[in-house]
Amino acid sequence: MAKTIPSADTNEFQRLAREQLPRLYAIARRLVGDDAEEAVQDCLLKAFERFDQLDDRLAGPAWLARILVNCCHDRGRRKARRPREVELDEGADFSLYRKIALEDPFPYSDSLHLDFLGEFGAEDVRQVLLRLPEHHRAPLVLVHMFGYATGEVADMLDAPQGTVLARLHRGRKQFERQLWEYAEETGLIEGRNR
Amino acid sequence: MISCRQAVDQLWEYLDRTVGGAELEHLEEHLARCRRCCAELEFAEELRGVLRGSASEDVPPDVMERLNATLEELEER
Repeated sequence: MAKTIPSADTNEFQRLAREQLPRLYAIARRLVGDDAEEAVQDCLLKAFERFDQLDDRLAGPAWLARILVNCCHDRGRRKARRPREVELDEGADFSLYRKIALEDPFPYSDSLHLDFLGEFGAEDVRQVLLRLPEHHRAPLVLVHMFGYATGEVADMLDAPQGTVLARLHRGRKQFERQLWEYAEETGLIEGRNR
Repeated sequence: MISCRQAVDQLWEYLDRTVGGAELEHLEEHLARCRRCCAELEFAEELRGVLRGSASEDVPPDVMERLNATLEELEER
């Protein structure tokens, strides 16, 4: 049966949810890709049902984000493993800096590394992130894109902080390798100064 | 002194300020002497900037409409 919450709380929930919608959607797009809208819908329904459990209303944005991350995790678990996701050990010793220097994709450039990064738009970065396994992608997205502290992310993911730090480390390495592979596969580094 | 490989392995953690104690001392000692690792450190900062700068995204109008409709339904409950 649907839960009824007092009208003052309903108004407060509405204000919080509407204010946070763009951020929730942006996070979900980077965690579950095309399932983002459904994940945000799941999040809104769950948050509405549990809004009376939120004691500190100032913590509302982080509370909503935590619910969203759980909804994204549930959606990811229900889906088969994405074929493009990289293997766990892949990327462990990879250095993008050295790879760019070695391959020299823009031979006439005097700012080779910055030029490489300059080829990536926000959508390219999102596509690269979606190639990582979910347990490595989520800490990277939450810490380095949305500014959550590793302790907060540990709470969101229900994992020890040491585990989050280890996954961040692996995730960064995989992200570097996938940036290079994505640039090769999509032609971002072809046709420039060659 | 630690090797370049060991130093590079800790650069993001260094930028996160999660390296401490003797590890931090060894890393900073290495960075003070190794120009290539300093360049890798600068690159790591730029890369983090790329991630931060790719976080926002407009919600498509049709998606926003459906999400707002869900909120309106909840309001009427």
